[in-house]
Amino acid sequence: MTFKAKSLYGACAAMALATGASAQDTTLTIATVNNGDMIRMQGLTADFATKHPDIALEWVTLEENVLRQRVTTDIATGGGQYDVLTIGNYEVPIWARQDWLTPLEGMPEGYDADDILPAIAGGLSVDGTLYAAPFYGESAMVMYRTDLAEAAGIDMPDQPTWTDIKAAAEAMTDEEAGIYGICLRGKPGWGENMAFITAMSNSYGARWFDGDWNAQFDSPEWNATLTDYLDLMNNYGPPGASSNGFNENLSLFQQGKCGMWIDATVAASFVTDADDSTVADSVGFAQFPNKEGVDNHGNWLWSWNLAIPASTDAPDAAKAFVAWATSKDYTALVAQEEGWSAAPPGTRTSLYENVDYQAEAPFAEMTLNSINAVDTTKPSVQEIPYTGAQFVAIPEFQGIGTAVGQIFSAALAGQMDVDQALQSAQQQTQREMDRAGYHDK
Amino acid sequence: MATEHSRAAARIMISPAVILLLLWMIVPLGMTLYFSFLRFNLLMPGMEEWTGFENYRYFLSDPAFSTALINTLLLVGGVLLITVIGGTLLALLLDQDFFGQGVVRILTIAPFFVMPTVSALVFKNMFMNPVNGLFAHIAGVFGMEPIDWLSQIPLLSITLMVSWTWLPFATLILLTALQSLDREQIEASEMDGAGPFSRFFYIIVPHLSRAGTVVILIETIFLLSVFAEILVTTNGGPGNASTNLTYLVYAESLLRFDVGTGAAGGVVAIILANIVAIFLMRMIGKNLDA
Repeated sequence: MTFKAKSLYGACAAMALATGASAQDTTLTIATVNNGDMIRMQGLTADFATKHPDIALEWVTLEENVLRQRVTTDIATGGGQYDVLTIGNYEVPIWARQDWLTPLEGMPEGYDADDILPAIAGGLSVDGTLYAAPFYGESAMVMYRTDLAEAAGIDMPDQPTWTDIKAAAEAMTDEEAGIYGICLRGKPGWGENMAFITAMSNSYGARWFDGDWNAQFDSPEWNATLTDYLDLMNNYGPPGASSNGFNENLSLFQQGKCGMWIDATVAASFVTDADDSTVADSVGFAQFPNKEGVDNHGNWLWSWNLAIPASTDAPDAAKAFVAWATSKDYTALVAQEEGWSAAPPGTRTSLYENVDYQAEAPFAEMTLNSINAVDTTKPSVQEIPYTGAQFVAIPEFQGIGTAVGQIFSAALAGQMDVDQALQSAQQQTQREMDRAGYHDK
Repeated sequence: MATEHSRAAARIMISPAVILLLLWMIVPLGMTLYFSFLRFNLLMPGMEEWTGFENYRYFLSDPAFSTALINTLLLVGGVLLITVIGGTLLALLLDQDFFGQGVVRILTIAPFFVMPTVSALVFKNMFMNPVNGLFAHIAGVFGMEPIDWLSQIPLLSITLMVSWTWLPFATLILLTALQSLDREQIEASEMDGAGPFSRFFYIIVPHLSRAGTVVILIETIFLLSVFAEILVTTNGGPGNASTNLTYLVYAESLLRFDVGTGAAGGVVAIILANIVAIFLMRMIGKNLDA
């Protein structure tokens, strides 16, 4: 801890004493993302406070892109601002190898790390050691309005192809009534629009790099991916889509403005929650689409995890918090307070074996199937030198993905056409890979 | 009469302040220069090595660089045009005698005290939003298709936002200059039969030229580094349609975590700002000597 922080803590403690409140021994600063599940967790911390009266929590809640930037800068410069980080499964193995994270060994009694879904746990371990605890996990699937589909005479299969999706989008679109057939991410960012577009490209049989790490945006598969994406969005998507990310699309879908939304499985509990969603009783689910002849359903796998930076000054308190937030008890607490369908999904086998959960969450089976169908060692059907899912698991991907995301977002805003977008994406990516020295190997 | 002795004493007395100010400037600049010759990426610790001009080559060959340079100049030029012309007209208006003059003047100055992030957010969400914004509503009243300002005309939208902030500044300085204009000159020209346009172009404009020069110089210095408005509205997008040099440096350093290239970009931006300043001084410096 720096001298300045120490004196600040001293001052805070003195003030707390002066006002008659009990001074707490440790304060944990927790950086987290402004997604629904995380906001819910902040509302339930009273339970943590009763179990650990000596630990005070301070929250830093940020939008996804900003969170990544802050946390990465802090951890790379050894700033030590945060005691608990919310990071994705992309960062965990990379950061663990840099010795930036504290290994999660010796978790408290009853944590049951073996209960974590193998697909998720594998992505958070380096050499068999867990470096982050999954808070929730997700794959991606199609969420659609059963009432609109019925009215349009559409029968959505469990495993739709992109042709089915396009036909459904066309049939459901009713701009007079303010209903758009399909809502997809368009906001630039490697974790925003590129997550979706990369998953889509996987299902089209495209790949980011060939065996020599050369970018593949000049391939016909990428051309087909981007052409169809822009075609769907320009004809059947909402206006201003180039600034819509996960949260914007969620609110559009909840207000009944989207016929279909292809996004993270975690959204299912929000769109079926009658308190927030006007369309809660009429949502159907289907697997992430594939292109005819390509056996690949996008391979989207993501988990938001809690990790403890090596620079923390309170590792034990941080471990206690991480264990509390990712335990079975927390799941039970959420179920008790808000119902089973609000339980953080996609991390524990026990949740999917729970009869109450199966009964209350109509999306449980589709979520589990989607997660289990993912193969992170082989996201594309072509030969590739990388692992990953809707991202490429190399440190450079944050920068490259965001730059390409900007280009595709511009294409969606009508600033350039498909060929121009792919050409600049190709140039940018090749440039960055050149600079990072991948082509000298 | 200052003796040699007392002058030396005076120098020693003020030296702490001068040295502190010098360090204030030299240390960050020195570090920036140092980093710009280093291969330094936050995501790859332990890879730091001396690379000479590699970062500069990489920054200048970035396809986004030329766009950012043009955008920077367009933004500065556009805002200068709007504020100088608009400021002159507003100053003429406020120079008239009318009821409630004092209150109106204070209201005119107000936008200058609104923080850039705040004004940008208000513009983004309350005026320019294609669904809920005031401009979309007005377009709807006239039966027109609402414009999605920030994705269709991002640079122009930002130019308008920045202009709104800087218009009061220009107005204030030009108004002060107007008030020092000799009334007798105007009256004399009226007697000679000069119309309002002749009076404006032959008397008022030459009189305002020096104040105008000050406005242009000061605004240019500040406008070369516009950043907050871009960050909270378009994030430099769509693509890099609204990326200026400042934002490009930010993107390199904090989005791609490439400190070396970011620092090189910063040095390039400093050099370019100086070139612009020299040209400005050349072009309009004559007014200041007069």
